[in-house]
Amino acid sequence: MATKTYAGQTVEVNDEGYMVDPSQWNKEIAVEIAKEDGIELTDKHFEVLEFLREANEKGETLTIRRVGKSGIVDIKGLYQLFPGGPLKLSSKFAGIPKPASCV
Amino acid sequence: MAEIKESPLKKVCIICAKGSIEDVYATLVMANGAVMEGIETKVFFTFFGLDAITKKQMKRLKTATVGNPAMRAPGGLPFPTVLGMIPGVEAGVSAMMKSQMYKLDIPPVDEFLEMITAGGGELYACKLAMDMFKLEKEDLHEEVKGVLTVGDFYAMCGGEHTQIIFT
Repeated sequence: MATKTYAGQTVEVNDEGYMVDPSQWNKEIAVEIAKEDGIELTDKHFEVLEFLREANEKGETLTIRRVGKSGIVDIKGLYQLFPGGPLKLSSKFAGIPKPASCV
Repeated sequence: MAEIKESPLKKVCIICAKGSIEDVYATLVMANGAVMEGIETKVFFTFFGLDAITKKQMKRLKTATVGNPAMRAPGGLPFPTVLGMIPGVEAGVSAMMKSQMYKLDIPPVDEFLEMITAGGGELYACKLAMDMFKLEKEDLHEEVKGVLTVGDFYAMCGGEHTQIIFT
């Protein structure tokens, strides 16, 4: 397992760059991971990330539809926040495992 | 032997020519999946596949219970074709298929189309099939971008790392 240093903290990541331990996550780390993918995180981004972290903690299967119905952002907005990877990128920035759903 | 280098897929053009639940959803899941991966996606609906984007039909898709050798009863028990002929069985089986999908957060057809276009995917109808079924653009879901000839569609399918998928 590889480690990476974000915001002065060493975190474990898998070979696709997803954090292994969600409890190591914090906002500063998220900002730096997102920067690697060329995305600057705003408050709206963080609302989505918090939603995903909570849902992940409860063991829910994450889909863009779930996020779209969260009241935070619609699906179109989600694509605008995380271009080219609405669920993959957001999960990566949220420090949770890569989503295993097909929708 | 020369080393084969993989390069990521950039565009998929998916053709949906059949109108059963499973054929339509195969198209929609693949199209939505591509959009979610950041792959440029164009979907062409033709022949009975048009049911998926026709306002009147899109909510009434069915799974064939006759002539479907993969059809099984719950628990994997055999499902004799004669059963499938009984009135109401096809509707029941279709309702069950849909309820199983909703449990996995797979949306109804109209919402699925909107999910695809929300991510930039494009939906098109086949002109020839529209003429055949006497359909007008107004009969189609609002998210359908246009009615194309097969030549128009092929013209959109160019470029490196593009695949055409026929479901």
